[in-house]
Amino acid sequence: MIVQRLAGRLGLSERIFVAVVVALCVLVPLANLVFPPGSPFHVSNASVVLYGKWMTYALLALSLDLVWGYCGILSLGHGAFFALGGYAMGMYLMRSIGTRGVYGNAILPDFMVFLNWKELPYAWYFFDWFGYAMLMVMFVPGLLAFVLGWFAFRSRVTGVYLSIITQAVTFALQLSFFRNDMGFGGNNGLTDFKDLLGFPVQAQSTRAVLFALSALALLGGFAIAKAIVSSKLGLVLIAIRDAETRTRFLGYRVERFKLFVFVVSAVMAGIAGALYVPQVGIINPSEFSPANSIEAVIWVAVGGRGTLTGAALGAVLVNASKTWLTAALPTLWLFVLGALFILVTLFLPKGIVGTLGAWFADRRGKP
Amino acid sequence: MNRLPNFLAAIALVLAAFLCAAPSARAQTLDETLARFATDRFPDTARAVEEIARSGHPMALEIVEALTDGRLAWRPSDRRLYVIGADGATRAAETGKAEPDSEAAGLRRVRVNNPVRQTIAAALGVLRLNSADPGQRRVAAEAIMQSRDATQAPALEAALGRERDARVATAITLALAALRVVDPAQPESVRLAAIDALAERGSRDALVLLRSIPADAPAAIRARAERAAAGVERHLAILGGIQNLFFGLSLGSVLLLAAIGLAITFGVMGIINMAHGEMVMLGAYTTFVVQEVLRAHAPSLFDWSLLFALPLAFLVSGSVGIAIERTIIRYLYGRPLETLLATWGVSLALQQAVRTIFGSSNREVGNPAFMTGSFDLFGIALTWSRLWIVVFTIAVFAFLLFVIRYTDFGLRMRAVVQNRAMAGSVGIRTNWIDAFTFGLGSGIAGIAGVALSQIDNVSPNLGQGYIIDSFMVVVFGGVGSLWGTLVAALSLGVANKLLEPVAGAVLGKIAILVFIILFIQKRPRGLFAQKGRTAES
Repeated sequence: MIVQRLAGRLGLSERIFVAVVVALCVLVPLANLVFPPGSPFHVSNASVVLYGKWMTYALLALSLDLVWGYCGILSLGHGAFFALGGYAMGMYLMRSIGTRGVYGNAILPDFMVFLNWKELPYAWYFFDWFGYAMLMVMFVPGLLAFVLGWFAFRSRVTGVYLSIITQAVTFALQLSFFRNDMGFGGNNGLTDFKDLLGFPVQAQSTRAVLFALSALALLGGFAIAKAIVSSKLGLVLIAIRDAETRTRFLGYRVERFKLFVFVVSAVMAGIAGALYVPQVGIINPSEFSPANSIEAVIWVAVGGRGTLTGAALGAVLVNASKTWLTAALPTLWLFVLGALFILVTLFLPKGIVGTLGAWFADRRGKP
Repeated sequence: MNRLPNFLAAIALVLAAFLCAAPSARAQTLDETLARFATDRFPDTARAVEEIARSGHPMALEIVEALTDGRLAWRPSDRRLYVIGADGATRAAETGKAEPDSEAAGLRRVRVNNPVRQTIAAALGVLRLNSADPGQRRVAAEAIMQSRDATQAPALEAALGRERDARVATAITLALAALRVVDPAQPESVRLAAIDALAERGSRDALVLLRSIPADAPAAIRARAERAAAGVERHLAILGGIQNLFFGLSLGSVLLLAAIGLAITFGVMGIINMAHGEMVMLGAYTTFVVQEVLRAHAPSLFDWSLLFALPLAFLVSGSVGIAIERTIIRYLYGRPLETLLATWGVSLALQQAVRTIFGSSNREVGNPAFMTGSFDLFGIALTWSRLWIVVFTIAVFAFLLFVIRYTDFGLRMRAVVQNRAMAGSVGIRTNWIDAFTFGLGSGIAGIAGVALSQIDNVSPNLGQGYIIDSFMVVVFGGVGSLWGTLVAALSLGVANKLLEPVAGAVLGKIAILVFIILFIQKRPRGLFAQKGRTAES
């Protein structure tokens, strides 16, 4: 029933989006596994990993659009939530290596043996259990968002100040994760994963399934975000975005709404990170780099903020051109990315989907 | 008591060193001495070492050093002695003249054993203490202080008697005190005086010596040493505090330098300029280019390179800033988040542009003579470059204050910030004031780049390292307040350096970041919040 109600509210672009993601979710794994290499329908193994990565980026962009596009919170630290989710997944994958590591220690991951540690740090307890790890994937980014939002929104830190704070948070996290003493692998991060729930992560079938899961997670994230923004709660969020003080004067507890949407968004980003790590096979502190978080913002801006579908589209478009350009003209990529930031803010403030949507609405208005 | 023979031998050695034998007799004994090395029997070698040490021969030090390293060799056929240099070249031991390589064939090295090594050590100390070079003499005295070789005491006493150089004399006195203070054979008054000498020195090695008084020493000595050690410790603690304070001020001035331009563009104009770090980077690369040009065309002017680079860096970064303001930022006033994104794009493009032109590796920017080296202030080693940067930062800050307070441009700038519409009505061209204010902020960042090129790696990523810190400083100090920026930068710098010994460098930095994040929650407008109309936005 909820699905029906949601489906009824979908606009044209959103229906196309759902259809495309569902089609990809089914077709890409099929094309990879069923058709042999050399067949025109075959999708190469490397491409499956690449597309899977884009799906997780799209989910990250979607989560960012939820807070930025609908509530006016420009978070420059969403990469931190993404990376925290990734680390939680990475810790499960490390623990599940067991005795197959270089040092063959059943409890301690290799890097701890290398650092001559004798006991597992408390933070790593229970991570051998998949359910607990998945809980942490959502809980840790959610908790960070809750604590950060609790303080920031209550003391009415808004606009650029909030952006700078979130950036400082992700920078501080990056510095901490670089330290070996933190117990998360330091500079090298976590890697050399063997299997996930007993399925080898390097295997083609696992990767195809991970791709499908990423696509499903994107769909799920979209459904939740759409449900939020098209509810009454969503209207309040938009009101906060457009006139925060006025909304407060109308009697809404602005900070609670903001906190809610911020935490939901952080959890979504964490899940995206958790799906990202087994596909790329490594997580290290550079994922916390402030530049990554800002890059995610440009995905949303290119696709169109406040459109949800646009954010996902932007993530895929920007990353596809990145993949293509860094291979074809490596020196040009940063120029293109820089120009993208400038041109989109100057000439395309609504992004691709927003601009197209406005154009269609215009045409429909005129008979 | 087995020290006695050694002791006597050393005295004899020292005395002999100053008794200049008649030249003819000397030449005769020298030949005999050198021949003794060639017998390759340890007692002979030891005797030869003693003799050559007292001979006063110009090659004596070199011969003994060669023997220590196993580079002294002799030929069995004619028993002539050779010194083999560290580079493998062979020289005659007697004259020091280079010999053709063909002579090197069939040489045998002079061997040493532990008793010989002891003799060598004593001889080396004496030889170096007698060196003509005051630096060598000081090093020798300090080496003896480190080794705490009691047998060297007579040599030190003799050397002290004829020392003319005050610094060397101090070093020798200290070394003597170090030997005497732990020597139970010395009378109590001498040992007490030695303790006083060490206490006056007040260094870390003096502290170690004072702490190492054996428990069986007389009570008076132990008590005096205890008091002296406590005094030295206090002295060291104060010095350490001063040193940390200076390092903190130095770091703080670097932060201030990087942030001060941002205090204009972000603090005064409210523009989130993420390309600020790249303005600093452009300044650093301007310095690089200026130095390259000077190296190629006027090497004699190299020491003045920074003076040339300063106005050029201001112009380069300032005009790039004005260009950015005119083409991008002016369309985005009132939309700070969009400004943030657009200027981030500018920063990426500038980084890549510099990378394309200059390459992505670090470029070498030289230090002019007055920036190199360090100096000693009450026992603290301070580098000139750090000190000059503190001075330079103060100058830049004063310059900026002057521009804003006392110039016509500053007046107009403040007018536009306080009330744009009114300023426009009285005839101020507000959009040009905007452009030049942004240019001023960017130009100051360029000047900062000149200074930072002296202490940091000049690479396309230079600016990235400063951008977050700079924003933290400006936000912490209070947006729109130059004095706030000053206080914030210096206090963050000092806090960082005070935390470093306790928590380590990275953890200290994290602690500072977390502190600022919490602080902003409590006081979103910073330390020195602006009050009144300008604060509302």
